[in-house]
Amino acid sequence: MDSDEDERIPLSQRPEWSDITPVPQDDGPNPVVPIAYSEEFAETMDYFRAVYLADERSHRALQLTSEAIHFNAGNYTVWQFRRVILEALNADLHDELEFVEHLASKNSKNYQLWHHRRWVAEKLGSEAAGRELEFTKNIFLNDAKNYHAWSHRQWVLQNLGGWEDELAYCDKLLEDDIFNNSAWNQRYFVITRHPGLGGIEGIRDSEVNYTIKAILTKPENESPWRYLRGLYKNNMKAFVTDSKVSTLCLKVLTSKVNCVFALSLLLDLLVHGFEPTQDLKNALESLIPESNNLDSDVAARVCLVLEIMDPMRVNYWRWRKSSLSSHVEDGVKNLSVH
Amino acid sequence: MGQLAAEKHTKYILQIEKKKDDIESALTEHLRINGAYWGLTTLDILGNLKAVEQEAVISWVMSCQHESGGFGGNIGHDPHLLYTLSAIQILSLFNKTQILNIPKVSTYISTLQNKDGSFSGDKWGEIDTRFSYLAICSLSLLNSLDKINVEKAVEYIISCKNLDGGFGCTPGAESHSGQIFCCVGALAITGCLHYVDKDLLGWWLCERQVKSGGLNGRPEKLPDVCYSWWVLSSLIMIDRVDWIDKEKLVKFILECQDIENGGISDRPDDAVDVFHTYFGVAGLSLLEYPGLKAIDPAYALPVDVINRLFLK
Repeated sequence: MDSDEDERIPLSQRPEWSDITPVPQDDGPNPVVPIAYSEEFAETMDYFRAVYLADERSHRALQLTSEAIHFNAGNYTVWQFRRVILEALNADLHDELEFVEHLASKNSKNYQLWHHRRWVAEKLGSEAAGRELEFTKNIFLNDAKNYHAWSHRQWVLQNLGGWEDELAYCDKLLEDDIFNNSAWNQRYFVITRHPGLGGIEGIRDSEVNYTIKAILTKPENESPWRYLRGLYKNNMKAFVTDSKVSTLCLKVLTSKVNCVFALSLLLDLLVHGFEPTQDLKNALESLIPESNNLDSDVAARVCLVLEIMDPMRVNYWRWRKSSLSSHVEDGVKNLSVH
Repeated sequence: MGQLAAEKHTKYILQIEKKKDDIESALTEHLRINGAYWGLTTLDILGNLKAVEQEAVISWVMSCQHESGGFGGNIGHDPHLLYTLSAIQILSLFNKTQILNIPKVSTYISTLQNKDGSFSGDKWGEIDTRFSYLAICSLSLLNSLDKINVEKAVEYIISCKNLDGGFGCTPGAESHSGQIFCCVGALAITGCLHYVDKDLLGWWLCERQVKSGGLNGRPEKLPDVCYSWWVLSSLIMIDRVDWIDKEKLVKFILECQDIENGGISDRPDDAVDVFHTYFGVAGLSLLEYPGLKAIDPAYALPVDVINRLFLK
């Protein structure tokens, strides 16, 4: 709890509240879940109920909601009434931003707080874009995967603007932590929705290069592998024919590191009609224990290696193997349509 | 492997109701109705719902209802879809949805649908695919899905689908197992699972299993018992549950029990709470652990409750 809350004067002893009769929580005649509150929290809520029931939209009521929120930032009703008061008083919303920032510095995983922040930002309009982006940046300093903050940031970009530096910001976050799936997701969000980037087709080449570099740094990192696959979404032909993809698979397969994702991507290539080079076949051979060297189909051999390397998901890889023949046919069919 | 301390968990849940002097209960006052749903559903799965005073629970739930038809998290709290679904679920557990003014409740829910098909959680307008699920599940339990534009609702959910096959809270938001449950659940209830890329999503979901056997909610995050519900139920709905190592997951959940005093925590040796106790027991039910009632992965209610509602 706050140091300023340590010195709290009970509401019952504050002259400005002397005209209010507090209203205790009504848990019904037969409380199923009777609750014992801390005395201070209980008193604050008793006064809150009184002003709420009287619909008192005053400065002191606003101050009271601040106190109640400091005790418990999860209470929807308190937040809602706070907004009613703010509107009625036509309050300076910049102060409100500060209020939220102070709260977020203690608990940034509260739904109501973020919802309230958005409400304020929406009222302020595009002038708020910069401060909102900065606000989420500060949150990410401590928790780079904060789901609420990411959701807020995306909303800001789409509704208030500020796209210009967003791809560079993704670079920065991934530099800090290349495993940050939220940053990879944001990267995809930017390249597919940034109004000035011209969409995936235009940016694919440079993004593929970027992603391959990231993968080669940490081949066990799930996120860039999925991102790479996403770059070829709706363009299977480019996926299968781009030699950068198969070369990446080869590099990882021959580097003696965890290569589950490389094998999985190779499998995707094969089922979409990719013809493996001799180098790739050789790299694959070296991963198969000799006693298992029976299946002649390359894709089936990939599945076999995956079953051995990833025993927790053995059923998934077995299923991939069992559905091979139909997929290869589909893949070839799809290719010939293009 | 340890066993499920079913009796201890029953005791733990029953004593939460009576607990005084507990800061945690004060802080959760506003979502008491969610807590009641978690506790009561757990008791029902354990076969012990009868230990609760049904009349008292029902009259308390009904006193959380507002003029608008929506429910608050407790008496005197503002209504929200989050609490409205819990209220309907609790009444369903007791076979008492008929005491509701169904047109009124369903009108409250339907007015929260937006033009693009999405749902706001309450009159303040926050939008999230969680609210799509809450609305669709609530209305389906009340046999009132015709009150909303289902086609648009489904369209919005599909627009939140990501490159990994998962779903986020809004279009473009990162896939998250909790949001995936909501989206897949809503699609299951509306008969629209054909929009899900089941193989792609199934792989992403089974990648959530980590070495300890537990499941995480996003890549590179820690495992948590709550994902034994969110991930597992999603895998079952899309018929891909065999892609994870179920035995290891059972072991992980059992390791998160407080064997002494009952209750289940997020990870081994952490403090227990009713939320994780529900997710642990419900997860074990999905894994067909012996002695537990089967739970429906979309409605998050025991299968016999759902059958009673829909097969009458």
